[in-house]
Amino acid sequence: MNLNDLNAIANRIRSGSIQAIYNARSGHPGGCLSIAEMLAVLYFDEMNVRPDQPNWLGRDRFILSKGHACPAYYIALGMKGYFAEEEALTLRKIDSRMEGHPDVRIPGVDAPSGSLGMGLSQGLGMALGGRFQNMDFRTFVLLGDGDMQEGNTWEAIMAAGHHKVSSLTALYDANKLQGDASVADQMNMGDVAAKVQEFGWQVLSIDGHSIEDIQEALATARSCTDKPTFIVADTVKGKGVSFMENVLRWHGSVTMTDEELHASLIELGVN
Amino acid sequence: MTSLDFWTPGDEVSVRDAFGRILSYMADQRADWVLLDADVAGGTGAKPLVNSHPDRVMQFGIAEQNMMAASAGVADTGLIPVVSTFAAFGCMRAHEQFRTAVAYAGRNVKLCCSHIGLDVGPDGATAQMLEDLATMRAIPGVTVISPADANEFMLAFQAILDHEGPVYMRIGRSPTPVVYDASHRFEIGRAHRIRDGRSVSVFATGVMVARALAAADVLAKDGIDVRVVNVSTIKPIDQQEVVSAAQETAGIVTAEDHNILGGLGGAVAECLAEHSPAPMRFVGVRDTFGKSGEHDELPALFGIDSEAIIKACRELTE
Repeated sequence: MNLNDLNAIANRIRSGSIQAIYNARSGHPGGCLSIAEMLAVLYFDEMNVRPDQPNWLGRDRFILSKGHACPAYYIALGMKGYFAEEEALTLRKIDSRMEGHPDVRIPGVDAPSGSLGMGLSQGLGMALGGRFQNMDFRTFVLLGDGDMQEGNTWEAIMAAGHHKVSSLTALYDANKLQGDASVADQMNMGDVAAKVQEFGWQVLSIDGHSIEDIQEALATARSCTDKPTFIVADTVKGKGVSFMENVLRWHGSVTMTDEELHASLIELGVN
Repeated sequence: MTSLDFWTPGDEVSVRDAFGRILSYMADQRADWVLLDADVAGGTGAKPLVNSHPDRVMQFGIAEQNMMAASAGVADTGLIPVVSTFAAFGCMRAHEQFRTAVAYAGRNVKLCCSHIGLDVGPDGATAQMLEDLATMRAIPGVTVISPADANEFMLAFQAILDHEGPVYMRIGRSPTPVVYDASHRFEIGRAHRIRDGRSVSVFATGVMVARALAAADVLAKDGIDVRVVNVSTIKPIDQQEVVSAAQETAGIVTAEDHNILGGLGGAVAECLAEHSPAPMRFVGVRDTFGKSGEHDELPALFGIDSEAIIKACRELTE
């Protein structure tokens, strides 16, 4: 898919996320807006999936470990055709399948998440299960800053490096803000890239909002046959809506006013 | 291993030995499962499989949270992960990974944990898991199994591989009298009435089954006719067998190497309260931690020996 189309998809993931969170009166917009390009490239350029056969054993797998950003994920799945895109706008409602955090009962969702720190391990298990059975699918896990503070994530980094699980790729959405403060102030993690590299991973650093950077990094991951790949994606929390960018309040969970909704959609080019 | 040998009733056998034997046997019978280990195959009893079929083992090092969450991913690829570690790690440290990654997603994972109860012995309180039946039973959709002896364990292991859904199963450590011979039929969800009786009932699980049978022998001499039921499936509890005992005998004594809160006693009490209230006594560790000591010394100290069962039965028949 070409650059313009992928950027348009990323934009639609953003506006859809905002609309869904507005409808739900709660949810986490900042972290949805920071991952839009990565979701667009994964689902519309990279992954081998069959939306009409969501549990096909040979599919590439994706885990949104930072599960609170699921509004963006649901919009991407809806656009891909796993279910009607409008259903993603019924986020968090009592009569909806669109759970507040990812649930495998939603077509296309490969793993539950939302309790931070468990996504990379589940992806590792998928990759190991595939390798054991000589299946050639790939597994992608999208991690947030909060995931990187959980010990469970580092256990998975250790094991994936040790076992040289090259079909596993982690994308780290480094947007630098967490729930109550900046990462630097709340719990500084130092040089994450160097630490992961020390555990035996191929580590790449990119602009997480550049479609071309993301495509190139995923291609580099694919061509590496003896290491898992960890992509540090430098991102802006709230990207695309000026009053949300780098502002802690928009981590969530937030109830948006009508004015905030309309201002956001205008910035994103939606009327 | 092409044939499976069972032990002779009366032999004293560690259930850990049964775990190793059934793993090696099933590795030759079925190709659809793998063992996930966290550097404790020597302790859980899985070592024979590591030696006989190293290609069937996924090694996670001493990192149980990762192993547990990874098992959910392994299950997603169609393989059946048999996750094995000590109960304190499998049922407590990695409890949330089991709840959310495994059970909530309905993953077909079989968690088999050793180091349960005072049965652990000298390793002491930190290793003596007395809360596993309670923590695992509280998770929706999880089957919880606690076999009575080595032979029943091997039958139960085959049954859980055939069962679709998350399972937790206990692996005993100390040499324990074999109760069943090879003709025993294990069925998930069915308690087994080993000895019929009309005076009072003992519902026992794990190592307590042999102690309940010994207690019944003593009480028979005093004319007390004890029904002994092996509850090897703690969840789902066999409601019919519980209600029958409540209606046909003076009451139910539960016997478990576990805290009296939340385990077998809790499961039986919940069932009785709702369907057929009856007098009960709880033989188990009375809401305290364990301590070091030999496996055959600790039961008397903590009140989970045959004497404790005898005393409880007498109270209900007085």
